[in-house]
Amino acid sequence: MILDGKCPAGPLSEKWARQRHELKLINPANKRKYTIIVVGTGLAGASAAATLGELGYRVEAFCYQDSPRRGHSIAAQGGINAAKNYPNDGDSIFRLFYDTIKGGDFRAREANVYRLALLSNNIIDQAVAQGVPFARDYAGYLENRSFGGAQVSRTFFARGQTGQQLLLGAYAALSRQVKAGTVRLHPRTEMLDLVLVDGEAKGITVRNLVTGRIDSHAADAVCLCTGGYANVFYLSTNAMGSNVTAAWRACKKGAFFANPCFTQIHPTCIPVSGDHQSKLTLMSESLRNDGRVWVPLKKRDARRPHDIPETERDYYLERKYPSFGNLAPRDIASRSAKEVCDEGRGIGTSGYGVYLDFSDAIRRLGEDVIRQRYGNLFEMYEQITGEDAYRQPMRIYPAPHYTMGGLWVDYNLESTIPGLFVLGEANFSDHGANRLGASALMQGLADGYFIIPSTIAHYLARTSPGAAGPDHPEFRKSREDTEALAQKLLTIQGRKTVNEFHRDLGRIMWDHVGMARSRESLSTALQLIPELRNEFWENVKVPGQGKDLNQELEKAGRVADFLEFGELMARDALHRNESCGGHFRAEYQMPDGEAQRDDENFCYVAAWEFRGLDKDPVLHKEPLTFENVELAVRSYK
Amino acid sequence: MNLTLYVWRQKGPHAPGKLARYEARGISPEMSFLEMLDVVNESLIREGEEPISFDHDCREGICGTCSQVINGVPHGPQERTTVCQLHMRSFRDGDTIYIEPWRARAFPVIRDLIVDRSAFERIIQAGGYISVHTGGVPDGNALLIPKENADTAMDAAECIGCGACVAACPNGSAMLFTAAKVSHLAALPQGRVEAKRRVCLMTEEMLRQGFGSCSNHYECQAACPKGIRVSFIAKLNREFIKALPRGTNTAPPSPSHGTEAKE
Ligand code: FES
Repeated sequence: MILDGKCPAGPLSEKWARQRHELKLINPANKRKYTIIVVGTGLAGASAAATLGELGYRVEAFCYQDSPRRGHSIAAQGGINAAKNYPNDGDSIFRLFYDTIKGGDFRAREANVYRLALLSNNIIDQAVAQGVPFARDYAGYLENRSFGGAQVSRTFFARGQTGQQLLLGAYAALSRQVKAGTVRLHPRTEMLDLVLVDGEAKGITVRNLVTGRIDSHAADAVCLCTGGYANVFYLSTNAMGSNVTAAWRACKKGAFFANPCFTQIHPTCIPVSGDHQSKLTLMSESLRNDGRVWVPLKKRDARRPHDIPETERDYYLERKYPSFGNLAPRDIASRSAKEVCDEGRGIGTSGYGVYLDFSDAIRRLGEDVIRQRYGNLFEMYEQITGEDAYRQPMRIYPAPHYTMGGLWVDYNLESTIPGLFVLGEANFSDHGANRLGASALMQGLADGYFIIPSTIAHYLARTSPGAAGPDHPEFRKSREDTEALAQKLLTIQGRKTVNEFHRDLGRIMWDHVGMARSRESLSTALQLIPELRNEFWENVKVPGQGKDLNQELEKAGRVADFLEFGELMARDALHRNESCGGHFRAEYQMPDGEAQRDDENFCYVAAWEFRGLDKDPVLHKEPLTFENVELAVRSYK
Repeated sequence: MNLTLYVWRQKGPHAPGKLARYEARGISPEMSFLEMLDVVNESLIREGEEPISFDHDCREGICGTCSQVINGVPHGPQERTTVCQLHMRSFRDGDTIYIEPWRARAFPVIRDLIVDRSAFERIIQAGGYISVHTGGVPDGNALLIPKENADTAMDAAECIGCGACVAACPNGSAMLFTAAKVSHLAALPQGRVEAKRRVCLMTEEMLRQGFGSCSNHYECQAACPKGIRVSFIAKLNREFIKALPRGTNTAPPSPSHGTEAKE
């Protein structure tokens, strides 16, 4: 099937205005008759739930955390982009659009990306009005900095905690609606199934994580704002609970999953220290503004960094990409780090690390300035590694961080299941094959504050409220299936723990579906994953009961889904015979080692339809057409 | 290294709890405290015992989910550090470690080390926001905010809502938490409009949720992983007095005993 993104016609800059004009509205007095389920309360979910509540809809908001203030958006450090052009350095909506689409290696929809750039300015205004304490200069104006490979200063920030502050802003707006009675919160509740009635999304089945009770909630539409799937790698910068379950179960109910192989490996994380490691910590990319990345020229050089003279260091990013240098985009910086380590020039005991050195910046600007800019990051680094980065270079290595792929949605953020909308990282829409720094927060909030409120009405206007209740047979069946799955997990009583399986899966994914993939490695993964999955269903040990607080059971359900989803990821990576953005196929590279894109054959979104584990998924394509930008070879040299 | 742990085990809010002894073997100094508990849990599961339940999520010190009292100190011995960021290099081979949940009337235990912090939710819902709708707001630079005010607001806004302040306070008071939110918003021109209403609603709710009053122990500041200062409690008290009808100088339901907290 050829998928249609349903982008409105007309000039790029007018598309969103036109669309809003054409979308149906719901009479203010009727809004309260409609119930909308919002799953997840990170930036996308909290902003959507708050705004839909303000409009007068009845909103049911769910999160697995104990409070909606804890979604993993909270961990975003660097900042949020907007095309305000306050510094007068040549920025514009079009430039932000262009940078984003080019950064994504021309694998995103023009219309979506332009809308994102357009709304970026409204987001800043909204956040300021909510009391988000963005950095200000001495005259009281908002400060900007350049971030993650941008040549203009368009990033707004609140110290190193921009994600936290934006999330607390959205959480405040959400709390206000809870007080107003339009939003009902369901914390410590995990979505385990999507319920369809006559082919449309009409509710969800959830497990109360305190009592273990399984319940259904009916609604007129469902919004999934459940984040990304980087934890398929086991070790990632995501929170321990971040998972693919909601998205995957929706996929199993008919929502297509788009571009699952587009995953982002972030270049500046703290290297792994041992087998016990449970997660990886990101060091904000802003560090690359003042830090210089290098490794020794010699292989397996065991000298301490200070003992290696300038002439025996390789500042490989500056050497290979003279115009962007240490600010090269994430995928390029990550892959370059892997290359030098694979050559045997990596540092640290494992050999999987590179230096990020501040000594030049400290000499130039003084330690105080560096402390002011990055003090909290240096502190965090010291807490984790026990090393003082003012005295010796930081050690960094890439880690899975963000997933550009996600459930397929059209321009209205509606999936292939009518009534199921997908927002934020959980959808695939705006970042193409690689996301630029400081644009995840932007997308989550654009989706939640400004897009879904308009587009969901268009769907609701075609339905009559309250069509199906939780007693409908489809809901009953969903509850029975969900109970049965939990029971099945509990009765295996094998010998391997859930974590062990997760770690094994992570190793397969990192080794074979990680930063550089090949036909061979992917075929290996496609053999290993189903084997591990079979072993899981025979040998996993989940203690305790279903009708009870049971953290192992929660994890088991999530890992079971990763074990299915990982296979789709490998399959998608294997089918895409090109290298683009975060997807690097070893067979497809230029003579100089740069990614070789194939616009002739792969300029499309790959959306996969699930048809059962015993059958191959079906590939559907949404062709990408570019009317306003030229498909250039992405060069940062 | 090898450690002896005494961990609080409690089935449910009304079940009796007790400290259970476990041995943690082969722990490396690079591990985080929670990774050490992961190791203990993995071996409990293998032995067919129930693993220890504890709250955690981001494991990078920002989400505010993790919440354990270690050797009597919320978030453990390291200053300005959450449990998830605490590393085993802070301990020595052979140490005995006591691990307990937050203990406060307003935070009932759910299971083992997990407590119910929803009372915080209700304090925020009472007024911890600026009542602005989405859309129709002026340009971000329309209202200038002096840098000092923006910085003060940010100092207060760094609160991660973990509840260590309550767990550390002998009165189980939520003054530092409430003060941080009140001060954050009061420092900004956008937040001034509702400042009076906000401070009254939030402090009333705080008392209604069963939190105690502040009597200037400053334990909250010592326990706070984000370094939120007690001077914000003084700020809250000032905001509270400002909110009283003109001419009144004592407040019957004052959230704080005694004098204003000073740093
Ligand atoms: S787990 Fe997020 S702060 Fe500790």
